[in-house]
Amino acid sequence: MFLAFVVATLGITVWAAKKNTGASAYFAAGRSITGWQNGLAVAGDYMSAASFLGISGMIALYGYDGFMYSVGWLVAYLTVLLVIAEPLRNVGKYTMADLLAFRLTPRPVRAMASLSTITVSTLYMVAQMIGAGALVKLLLQDLPWLTTEWAITGVGVLMVVYVVFGGMLATTWVQIIKAILLMTGTIFLSILVMEHFDFSFTKFFEAIAHLTYTDKSGVEVTKNFLEPGMKFGADVTHGWGPLDLLSLGLALVFGTAGLPHILVRFYTVPDAKTARVSVVWAMVIIGIFYILTTFLGFGAATILKPDHIVTDNMAAPQLAEFLGGSIFFAFISAVAFATILAVVAGLTISASASFAHDFYSNVLHHGRENCPSMEVRVARITAFVVGAISIFLAIKLQNVNVAFLVGLAFAVAASANLPVIVLSIYWKKFSTTGAVLGLAVGLLSSIVLIILSPSLMGIDGPEILAAKRHLIQANAIFPLTNPGIVSIPLGFFAAIIGSLMKREPQAEAKFAELKVRAHTGLGAEQTTAP
Amino acid sequence: MNKTSSVDWAAIEAQPAFRALLARKSRFIISATIFFVAYYFALPVLVGWFPTLMKQVVFGVINLAYLFALSQFFMAWTLAFIYTRTAAQWDIAAAQVIKNH
Repeated sequence: MFLAFVVATLGITVWAAKKNTGASAYFAAGRSITGWQNGLAVAGDYMSAASFLGISGMIALYGYDGFMYSVGWLVAYLTVLLVIAEPLRNVGKYTMADLLAFRLTPRPVRAMASLSTITVSTLYMVAQMIGAGALVKLLLQDLPWLTTEWAITGVGVLMVVYVVFGGMLATTWVQIIKAILLMTGTIFLSILVMEHFDFSFTKFFEAIAHLTYTDKSGVEVTKNFLEPGMKFGADVTHGWGPLDLLSLGLALVFGTAGLPHILVRFYTVPDAKTARVSVVWAMVIIGIFYILTTFLGFGAATILKPDHIVTDNMAAPQLAEFLGGSIFFAFISAVAFATILAVVAGLTISASASFAHDFYSNVLHHGRENCPSMEVRVARITAFVVGAISIFLAIKLQNVNVAFLVGLAFAVAASANLPVIVLSIYWKKFSTTGAVLGLAVGLLSSIVLIILSPSLMGIDGPEILAAKRHLIQANAIFPLTNPGIVSIPLGFFAAIIGSLMKREPQAEAKFAELKVRAHTGLGAEQTTAP
Repeated sequence: MNKTSSVDWAAIEAQPAFRALLARKSRFIISATIFFVAYYFALPVLVGWFPTLMKQVVFGVINLAYLFALSQFFMAWTLAFIYTRTAAQWDIAAAQVIKNH
């Protein structure tokens, strides 16, 4: 099952490699992807290990509070649809920085944007690889020679192959296949859960509301998993929970619109109208998927019981094994693996496109874009380098919580990328100084706040295992695990203050052109014939 | 790409038709954004600071918190649908602006 997926996707890669005829084909699939295809691909890019493994595990252990992730991750697409997708498609070419560089001084803006793109992509990617490594290890536990290190390395090498040879076209098709596989697996698993309750919603929800299990201290408790507060309640978090939940919501809703691998997808379609259609498709698929996470998560909670779930990331595969036997377990694991592989491929291509197009061509070579084939070569080398760095970091951080890393990526994207994108489209006085300052402050503040948060800082008792100890043994300086509520406003303020400090007449003069391009699509990048 | 380098962008921007389109778009996008941001953030605020209210059972064992969370999905889909319908009219207006020019 699993091998079949790998072989099929490699086949697509070979086919796509033959069709790649230039930079536009490599970075943007020749802008020939249709609306529903791109919708599926966006969904495929988005529903990562954090969604499939992470959310179902979170619901299985924390009930309602885990479901809050699902809600935020869907509503986030309204930001993308209403504010970002169409102007971005109309003005840019391959990367987020194209939009910024349009009326600002290209070199400093591109350099900073490239830095933040690569940071977000790498954080996101490391999380996916850790998930994949753990999964493959669990799947092939009969093979003693297969250590987590080797599993992580294997995933990394495979994904670099896809990107280096196939480019955006192959990556898009991998996303589409994966989205279909993931939806099939999730729907089937949900049906099995309902079958367990004789297809009675009453029985299912009754079971969730009166869930008896043995908690961590060995006491038998009965809890209502439909009630909020098990993770973010004021009583379990020294009073900071509600604020933390709000902060998480901010990062989720505004982070998606700053995720580089989602943004680049809108360059693969012929025009802004198709970009719009593809967001709507993605919203339908992602929405159904997140509603189904209720069945997966609550199913795992009621059928397996929270005390029998090995780690929170493995709730869905464990549920599949319990309800559908070892073959279904293998299928679900293959789906989860495909999920991760596809997301990693999407991330690699956005990071490498950003480095090649923004940094190499436009910063080092002053924007003399006369050699697109060189740009493609640099992107391929970058894919190798980014892949190697992520494999290295994933092996080093293999015990760090996956959801935490993805949350970090969302927070960084919302704090650094979103403010400058929005201001660049909608604010006339936005200037180069503002963009650089906004990106830098957003990036730095979100990362520093995470380092000072309870995720990394805390004092553990001697009974805590070495692998699970906090990295910094001291009381956390910042009380929230999610930095968004502080770092997102900081990103906006820095961008606004920077713009007001140093006005830029030529950028303001070009705002008319940007407005016309963004809202009419005149002069937008055209589809290239294959 | 080259044919657009001679476009007089400022002239198009000054067209009353373009200004009108932009005003319509901004009005819709700003109000829709304010609506969904308020609707969405009502959820964490209510769940976080008014848990007793949200734990109220509506029917069977289903409580207000769960129903409100579920309603977010339908809110998002409905708004996306309305946006698509409205944006189709903007496409026509935008094509007109380009033609005028």
